[in-house]
Amino acid sequence: MAEKSPAADVEAGLLAHLNSAGEVPDSRSFASSLGVSHLELVGVIKSLSAFRIVESKDIIKEAWVLTEEAKGYVAKGSPEAQLVAAIPPEGVSKDALKAKLGDAFDVGMKAAARNKWIGFEKGNKDLVLRKVESVMDELQEQLRRLENGEAVPDKVIDDLKRRKLITKEKSIWHSLKKGPEFVLKRKTLATDVTTEHLRSGDWKDLEFKDYNYGAQGQPIAKGYVQPLMEVREAIENIFIMMGFTEMPTNNFVESSFWNFDALFQPQQHPARDSHDTFFLNAPATTQQLPEDYLEKVKLVHQSGGYGSKGYVYDWKRDEAEKNLLRTHTTAVSTRMLYKLAQEKPFAPKRYYSIDRVFRNEAVDRTHLAEFHQIEGLICDYGLTLGDLIGVLEDFFSSLGMSKLRFKPAYNPYTEPSMEIFSYHDGLKKWVEVGNSGMFRPEMLLPMGLPEGVNVIAWGLSLERPTMILYGIDNIRDLFGPKVDFNLIKSNPLCRLGL
Amino acid sequence: MPTVSVGRDRLFAALGRTYTQEEFKALCFEFGIELDDVTTEKAIIRKEKHLEDDGEVDDDDEVIYKIEVAANRYDLLCLEGLARALRVFTGTEGSPVFQVSSIPRGSILQMHVKPETSKIRPYVVCAVLRGVAFDEARYNSFIDLQDKLHQNICRKRTLVAIGTHDLDTLQGPFSYEALPPHEINFVPLKQNSPVYPVIYDSNRTVLSLPPIINGAHSAITLATRNIFIECTATDLTKANIVLNTMVTMFSEYCETKFEVEPVEVVHYDGRKTVYPDLSCYKMDVSLYDILGPIGISQDEKQVVCPLNKMQLQAESHSLKGEPRISVSVPPTRSDILHARDLLEDIAIAYGFNNVPKSKPKCMTIGGRQPLNRFSDKIHAEVARGGYMEVLTFILFSHEENFDMLNRADDKSKAVIIANPRTSEFEVVRTSLMSCLLKTLKHNIDHPRPIKIFEVGDVVMLDSSRDVGASNNRRLAALYCNMVSGFEAYANLIKLSRKLWDWWILDSIVKVVRAPHVNFGENYYVPTDEPEFFPKRQCKIVTSDGKQVGYLGIVHAEVLRKFGIPDPCTFVEMDLEALL
Repeated sequence: MAEKSPAADVEAGLLAHLNSAGEVPDSRSFASSLGVSHLELVGVIKSLSAFRIVESKDIIKEAWVLTEEAKGYVAKGSPEAQLVAAIPPEGVSKDALKAKLGDAFDVGMKAAARNKWIGFEKGNKDLVLRKVESVMDELQEQLRRLENGEAVPDKVIDDLKRRKLITKEKSIWHSLKKGPEFVLKRKTLATDVTTEHLRSGDWKDLEFKDYNYGAQGQPIAKGYVQPLMEVREAIENIFIMMGFTEMPTNNFVESSFWNFDALFQPQQHPARDSHDTFFLNAPATTQQLPEDYLEKVKLVHQSGGYGSKGYVYDWKRDEAEKNLLRTHTTAVSTRMLYKLAQEKPFAPKRYYSIDRVFRNEAVDRTHLAEFHQIEGLICDYGLTLGDLIGVLEDFFSSLGMSKLRFKPAYNPYTEPSMEIFSYHDGLKKWVEVGNSGMFRPEMLLPMGLPEGVNVIAWGLSLERPTMILYGIDNIRDLFGPKVDFNLIKSNPLCRLGL
Repeated sequence: MPTVSVGRDRLFAALGRTYTQEEFKALCFEFGIELDDVTTEKAIIRKEKHLEDDGEVDDDDEVIYKIEVAANRYDLLCLEGLARALRVFTGTEGSPVFQVSSIPRGSILQMHVKPETSKIRPYVVCAVLRGVAFDEARYNSFIDLQDKLHQNICRKRTLVAIGTHDLDTLQGPFSYEALPPHEINFVPLKQNSPVYPVIYDSNRTVLSLPPIINGAHSAITLATRNIFIECTATDLTKANIVLNTMVTMFSEYCETKFEVEPVEVVHYDGRKTVYPDLSCYKMDVSLYDILGPIGISQDEKQVVCPLNKMQLQAESHSLKGEPRISVSVPPTRSDILHARDLLEDIAIAYGFNNVPKSKPKCMTIGGRQPLNRFSDKIHAEVARGGYMEVLTFILFSHEENFDMLNRADDKSKAVIIANPRTSEFEVVRTSLMSCLLKTLKHNIDHPRPIKIFEVGDVVMLDSSRDVGASNNRRLAALYCNMVSGFEAYANLIKLSRKLWDWWILDSIVKVVRAPHVNFGENYYVPTDEPEFFPKRQCKIVTSDGKQVGYLGIVHAEVLRKFGIPDPCTFVEMDLEALL
């Protein structure tokens, strides 16, 4: 048990008194009867009142109290009386008086002169003479009366106030009686369960203090994950559940050949303009391209083949060699499909990736120069548009988007191409959520994939569904150096795919 | 995607019926175009002049539909083509048949091409529209279409430039020449070539100076009846597409509807070619080939109708018992390159949303890239250590990647962007240090201590790779507090390691170490790098001496440049070296 504190003694005394006398009319006098300060008693009263063991009534009174200076005058007399008392019958020099009286000298001289209690020798202003035998120290008397709580005329109060000898003070004390929960000795309530309680077994007898469940605790130091990465993980899991293998996308620098030409994207296509794509000064061009394949790509652009008319233009190797920051992860898909085409016999694949792509675009609320692309594709014999729609329904319903419809669209490397729309219950409208299609034969056949093998693919950005999910309307609040740490800290669990 | 603005009432008149906005939207969705915006002429003018919307609704004001069309459908870039395609799609009209008028050989207009043109702009193709009946709306549409073609397929006139002329002000035959500037009466600006292309008539009247200027003399007006169209180009395929688009769209207003008068282009080497070529491209495909990949089964008769709806004349026949479809692709449908394009049109006409859903049958096993899986594990390890993940950009200004880190660019590491839109996108990051400092700066009022990290790629020049650069996966962590973190976690760390981030480093070293990665007794080697305080930095090396990371207290100058008032420690590790 804790050592008995002085407060416990005070509490015991108070409760014993209340038990016998029934009340305490004035806490101040009760404190002095116990020999403790009023402040100490008030602490105990507050604690007991909180548990309604005592009932306390506040008594508030405003009263004039003496300043430290005035208290000195009550003890030693007013400065003027002190001054007169210090003058011997033969008189005394100002300097000697000053030395004797200290701080009281200036005030005392002025007041004594005003009362005509002192005078000066003619021709010698330095020698102070006493002009009265004895003085009646009125100031001392008034201060003493005030201190004793006796009545003092208002005029005197004003005078004392002016001389800064008194100040008004509010004093609070209490009258006490038994409260509804009165006990002679209260039980100590435990706040926490300690090892000691468990070991000694006294938890059986303990009564616990009520707990404030609404109180804010100290924040604990924990780690946090960026919301965009949370969503990425959830989508990754959906792909893996659907049997997709991740593609290696850790190559931001790509050649125009793999980013555009191999995808049957003509060299004059607007996406290849410098205001859409980041081209590079270093490394400016690619050093190696697969020559056999390049020749086939060139021909299909220039003069067609594989059942196609081709674009019929003068294909330039220089354009294909220009390096860039990849504009889509489909550049990686193209490398993967080319690699797959070289493996015999053909085996079907499902591939996915989620990684960064780059566009030389003006940055605003919905556009960034770099963002994440989600891409999925399936490569096999005999795949159909119906298969694509079926896979998209599986994929998007895992993301909570089960109502889909499809709009014809144009994309140089997919045919047919479908924009994917999902009905958003909150926004009450159809919103575009991605793009999809079947890769063109002009893209697949030059790689060496067998006739009859189709690739169905789709893509979307990671940022847009995340923004819709978390209700963020400015993409810069989600990705980049300006993201607020508080957003990362307050981010709820990502429940996609649950 | 290009956007075409058409007057709603004119469009509905051309379609022969009216639609509610919702009905029209639904029609667009099915056909694969999109009603992007509904506005009025006055609203467009207000917007151009940056005037406030006065809220006045004027019933007389014509409603404008802004319609987004596919980038390869040049035949939908004007009201005439759009309305025609929708009429055929809804079955109210058959596909038009375009014809080149038969003219006796001797009276055909000629364009003579001079050899010098091959040096600058080698191709020209021409045609004539006779007896055109313009009104103001048609005339505006004619001008707008040229503008749209110039903006899109012509790539701002670099590939193809269109000139349209009032034929009655000119005298054939014409000549296409390229002359030194002093021999031409006026010289276009901003061209730097010894010769400039120019088109003359037989009276040496200048028709145009391609690709920029058309002469005032032969400019077409509302009163023009006979139009001479020339397209000069650096790409002949596109020149033909552009010429065909112009004539197929506006021959609708000719005296003989859909008939175009040819022009013979006489090449300097004697070759003669008659333009326009309005012949249909014939395709013959097996029914299975175009239905199989959609995943629907139809008989050949059912396929003919949807193709016709997309302006493709189709007939069914059979070869050795196999049902086949032969298709005539009109000159308006230059987007059809392959049987796959027919397949798409059938699917569109059938309705994407009517295609029965199915599931791919192939069995495959899911999996992840080892590096990404490993990165995720490290990422979780650091987050468990109480750090907050941030995600930053790889593009930086040159200053942020070098100067602000007290580093110099020795040109051996960083990938440099050739065409940055702003200074924010000049260089690809070579470390994550700037990323974390910049992120910290934007959250400078956040309560201390701040502990952030990022797992991400940097890019380095790398001559061993085909493209000359490679990514490298990094972990970076930063600790910022009123004190640097010295001593703060000394009790967690054996020996006398005092930097906070040391703890992260040690914990990573512990989780990746032998037998996968070998670290010796002392894997910390003091360094002297400019971005850190002297004597408060080191690198971390494996037992074979390979550097896999570094850390230190960020130099005061670096902190000042990033505007950070409090001490920071920073650690960066190469995760690929630890895999």
